[in-house]
Amino acid sequence: MNGELVSYLYVVSIILFVLSLRWMSEVKTAQRGNWAAALGLAIAIIGTLLAYYIQRVDLLAAGFVVGALIGSPIALRLPMTAVPQRTAMSHAFGSMAVALIGASEYYNHAPNVDAFTLSVLCAEMILGFLTFTGSCVAFAKLQGLIPGNPLIYPGRIYVSLSTLIIAIGLGVYFVLNPGDSAILPIMAAFALAFGFLLVMAIGGADMPTVIAILNAYAGLSAAGLGFVLDNKVLIVAGSLDGSSGLILAVIMSQAMNRSFLNVLFGGVGAKIAKGEEPKVGQIARQVQSFTVDDVATILDNARTVVFVPGYGMAVSQAQHVVKELADVLQTRGTDVKYAIHPVAGRMPGHMNVLLAEAQVPYDQLWEMDRINPLFPETDVAIVVGANDVTNPAARTKADSPLYGMPILDVDKAKTVVFIKRSMNPGFSGMDNELFYLPHTMMVFGDAKKVLTDLLAAMKKT
Amino acid sequence: MVANAALSDLSTNLIIFILATFLGVELIRHVSRLLHTPLMALTNAISSVSIVAGLIVLSEPKNDFILILVTIAITLASTNIVSGFMITGRILRMFRRRDPNEGKKKQQQGGDQAPK
Repeated sequence: MNGELVSYLYVVSIILFVLSLRWMSEVKTAQRGNWAAALGLAIAIIGTLLAYYIQRVDLLAAGFVVGALIGSPIALRLPMTAVPQRTAMSHAFGSMAVALIGASEYYNHAPNVDAFTLSVLCAEMILGFLTFTGSCVAFAKLQGLIPGNPLIYPGRIYVSLSTLIIAIGLGVYFVLNPGDSAILPIMAAFALAFGFLLVMAIGGADMPTVIAILNAYAGLSAAGLGFVLDNKVLIVAGSLDGSSGLILAVIMSQAMNRSFLNVLFGGVGAKIAKGEEPKVGQIARQVQSFTVDDVATILDNARTVVFVPGYGMAVSQAQHVVKELADVLQTRGTDVKYAIHPVAGRMPGHMNVLLAEAQVPYDQLWEMDRINPLFPETDVAIVVGANDVTNPAARTKADSPLYGMPILDVDKAKTVVFIKRSMNPGFSGMDNELFYLPHTMMVFGDAKKVLTDLLAAMKKT
Repeated sequence: MVANAALSDLSTNLIIFILATFLGVELIRHVSRLLHTPLMALTNAISSVSIVAGLIVLSEPKNDFILILVTIAITLASTNIVSGFMITGRILRMFRRRDPNEGKKKQQQGGDQAPK
């Protein structure tokens, strides 16, 4: 009877999850979506507690309390610039949880586990473990604990792939010999190693896609666990999570004009960056460097200004100064917009969140497709910490690694103000042709400092 | 016995999985790009429903080793649940605060900002 009740509670929670994603489609209803999902999850947990007799409630309570104690300070204090790291960490936690539950499910029934169950378990554990180390590496790169450049060495694709193939091979052997429980940790080790190698070879600017792919893996492994336990709410929640990651990954890689495989195994950046170094010095002479006073004068006469934020804005926490500057411009009657490239920053939607934190009204945030036709009528485009997403080489140079990537047509604005820390090339290692255009004003320095000075210069006049 | 249940319900579960994936794709496609970051936090919290699987295993643990594994898993999933929903709410509140602010500005400037 309890079993029947729990299925109905699961139905309710599935409905709430679906509604929650439906309500996430727009800002107005998104908060409701969050509550719906939380309620759905609570109902699923309560239903399960009613249906199954839990022998060790103490452990359950302890786990939950510890989880809440770790989770809530993170959620409350986390600076918005660190959201990508938090996301990577939560993928790591989620996938590890799923992999561990999968392992304990095997040990609980070993050796009486049929071939189908064990093959799903193996697939789910391999995915879970590789997502765990992959997400940990992504976290370390985003947090700056290890360098963000891709780790490139000869034959790395073969090393990575053979690690994965060994893990899968062990999984197949395990399914054929379900009593051989010693295989499980070895398989897990290879899956862990593969996740590590996979993400080590991926550079910082590809993180939006990587995080989305890891999201998809984490969801898929949760759905796999649902199959093993015949738990429908888990199958639905896992596949919703998985498809969400998948769609975001598709959007991200389309925005870079690259395939999944290219992102995962391309390792764009490291090689080219090395070859580019001498060239940078040579061209640097032609760049026109300006002071904030020059920029203030230009802005005095500007009627339309578009800010182009990128990861550099996040690094120097410049979003609040950007907003202040925008406010000053707006009180003068200047029209201000923000041009958001889909892969600007380190995760999908990163720039939107930072600017929202700085209280920028969200209808001033313009997506690439909508803002690009407006650049020719823009008086001043101010690039704050973006680089590759503005590089005109993506349109013209067929030999560029950026070629074919949709970019923000910043070069078409009447004046381009490019705030940049130094002449180092962007992540792709490509020099940005934008720097050498006659209507580009380069301002060197930390984004936050430059903008603060600019603000002071504008208030003077 | 759990294993047998999984086998007999395989086709039903596959149908559920496939339909849910298609539904998910359609739903996520319509999510505004503004909200992709909170969306990720939210779906991550939703998939922490795997804690339910932990509870099920906890109802019939064979030995202490399994207890340890599951307790770690429940702790990790709980962390995701708590921080996932909280951070989603926090990010969304930042977006919501815009509306009144926005209206005022539009009036001041004669509504010259393109809406939407």
